[in-house]
Amino acid sequence: MKKALSLLAFSILISLGVTAWGAEKTIKLGVIAELTGDMPAVGASCRNAAEMAVKEINAAGGLQVGKEKMKVALVVEDNAGKADQSAAAAQKLITQDEVAAIVGPNASRYAIPASEIAESSETVLITPWSTNPKTTLDTNTNQPKKYVFRACFIDPFQGGVLAKFALEKLKAKKAAVLYDVASDYNKGIAEVFKANYEKQGGKIVAFETYTTNDKDFSAQLTKIKDAKPDVIFLPNYYSEVPLQVQQAKRLGINVPFIGSDSWGSNELLTLGGADLNGYYFSTHYAADNAAPVAKKFIEDYEKAYGAKPDDVAALTYDAFGLLFGSIKSAGKADREAIRAALSTLPSYKGVTGDMKFKADSRDPIKSAVILQIKDGKFTYFTNANP
Amino acid sequence: MTTLSEGIVYLLQQMLNALQLGSIYALIALGYTMVYGILTMINFAHGDVFMVGAFFCFLAAVYLGLPFVPALLLTMLGTALLGVAIERLAYKPLRHAPRVSAIITALGVGIFLENFTLALAPYPKHIPMLLENVTWNLGGISLSSLQVIIIFLSLGLMFLLDFMVHRTPVGMAMRAISWDKTFVPLMGVPVDLVISITFAIGAGLAGAAGTMYGLAYPVIDPYMGIMVGWKAFISAVVGGIGNIRGAMIGAFILGGVEIMVAAFLPSTYRDFVAFTLLLALLIVRPYGILGSPRVQKV
Repeated sequence: MKKALSLLAFSILISLGVTAWGAEKTIKLGVIAELTGDMPAVGASCRNAAEMAVKEINAAGGLQVGKEKMKVALVVEDNAGKADQSAAAAQKLITQDEVAAIVGPNASRYAIPASEIAESSETVLITPWSTNPKTTLDTNTNQPKKYVFRACFIDPFQGGVLAKFALEKLKAKKAAVLYDVASDYNKGIAEVFKANYEKQGGKIVAFETYTTNDKDFSAQLTKIKDAKPDVIFLPNYYSEVPLQVQQAKRLGINVPFIGSDSWGSNELLTLGGADLNGYYFSTHYAADNAAPVAKKFIEDYEKAYGAKPDDVAALTYDAFGLLFGSIKSAGKADREAIRAALSTLPSYKGVTGDMKFKADSRDPIKSAVILQIKDGKFTYFTNANP
Repeated sequence: MTTLSEGIVYLLQQMLNALQLGSIYALIALGYTMVYGILTMINFAHGDVFMVGAFFCFLAAVYLGLPFVPALLLTMLGTALLGVAIERLAYKPLRHAPRVSAIITALGVGIFLENFTLALAPYPKHIPMLLENVTWNLGGISLSSLQVIIIFLSLGLMFLLDFMVHRTPVGMAMRAISWDKTFVPLMGVPVDLVISITFAIGAGLAGAAGTMYGLAYPVIDPYMGIMVGWKAFISAVVGGIGNIRGAMIGAFILGGVEIMVAAFLPSTYRDFVAFTLLLALLIVRPYGILGSPRVQKV
């Protein structure tokens, strides 16, 4: 008993000593990423870029907050590719880990539930990759949420870009769409594409759906083949697109396919191979046509992780850039101060281009690029604005 | 669909799609129905055994570099052993426990298989094309060699199984145990061995289904077995669970309804209409198409 007591006393002393030595204050930032589940490549890119951003700022001595330099500590949570676990992860980061702000989740169907928690707990959440407008909008009032921001453009913009691209560059007058009706992102962008394409004089000849985790699209694709489109739009995630394209080809469909930023993972190339050569998709940045700011990031990332950063990595890095910038200008790591500073941040030069939040909006103003898949690589094709 | 002939081509193409989907459901449904027939237990881990089969095929193709036939046989052998191991380790100790315990255990085994695979393969995997795939155009209908192989291989395996159950001593032993578990052992039938054989065959068929599914839909992940497993289970119930021919019929009905609803109605209604129809069918025939009520012996 005595021995146990002295051991306890000793360990208390030790821990006191440690806290005394670690007097240098730290800011905790949270990340929610899709590390497991149906899009682990997205989560891995997000975590990699987050760790890189934090390592860089700590290597530079920390983040300048007011008069002192503070180290940044990262808490990474896995949402397992589930909506409920995304909300639970946000809850844990806010109440248990007491983070100053959160970056992630990336896919809209996970970002939307997490954003509800962040909003009600008054903590800033920046989603790098969620392009569905609902993420930053209050469901009841349809007004912008106060605490939820994003680092990417939104689907109405992207849908417009793609509709124009299909009509003007591909000269496709008839389009077919196949999308996942159970996923917020896919559904949102499919509808926007349809509205824009029809408004600009195109005709949607087939508008087909499936639900998440389906692997057989033969019925829908046969229907699409029967409708004889000039182009097929697949606003679906990288793990599903290869299956859809392969099955379409097996059914004898040979019109071009176009996609949205959900295609932009290196995994798409691994899973799809040569089947995808020649097709186009819209995305946030082109690694082979990047601005000087981005060049350094791309080189460092390749050195650290052995692969070109995809758009999730670039956007996560930018989300941290936005966060660091606003903490610096706020002068304190207080949740409310971060929110105020972020919404008034002057134009930020990021890896994915210049961005700035409009006064009454949480969505940055920025532009898109169109990439083409060529010889198993993503290649810059053109800049795009609707 | 402008002309009549185009309409017919469209219909035939969709029927072909339905046949392919139904074949795969059927191979998995057989495993559910065989285990139920013998143990009156629903083996909910079966969909995940199918998933493991797809991963075995991936390993055989990528790491061993095997061509189609050896890869298929190795996969079937692997899942058959897995099926036997699951039965021996997880179900046999519970054979006399309440039925709920066995079902919970089966769910647990399924979750274990998913997460074990997830730990080893967190990323979806791409199965390379093991067969030279040729697509023929028959007057507007696209038919791929892969489709032909899937449909004929499935039908072949089903006929083989049907023959075995109805025409061989092992099959007779299976049917006997399914009829009466108390007295059949007294007649000298090795019950444990026959149950192991049942699991081996069911899991082996799931392995074959996993291989063919992996070739037809070459992106595989640890969760792929859940939905397909449910649909195969529903097929078995619709056909009359416990009845082997019923499971095949149920699977082709489910595949056909799914494809045809998507073909002629907005595809958003697919699952809703398909499952409403199946529920309606179960109201008319509560024991399934070929099923018969089990008489409670007093």
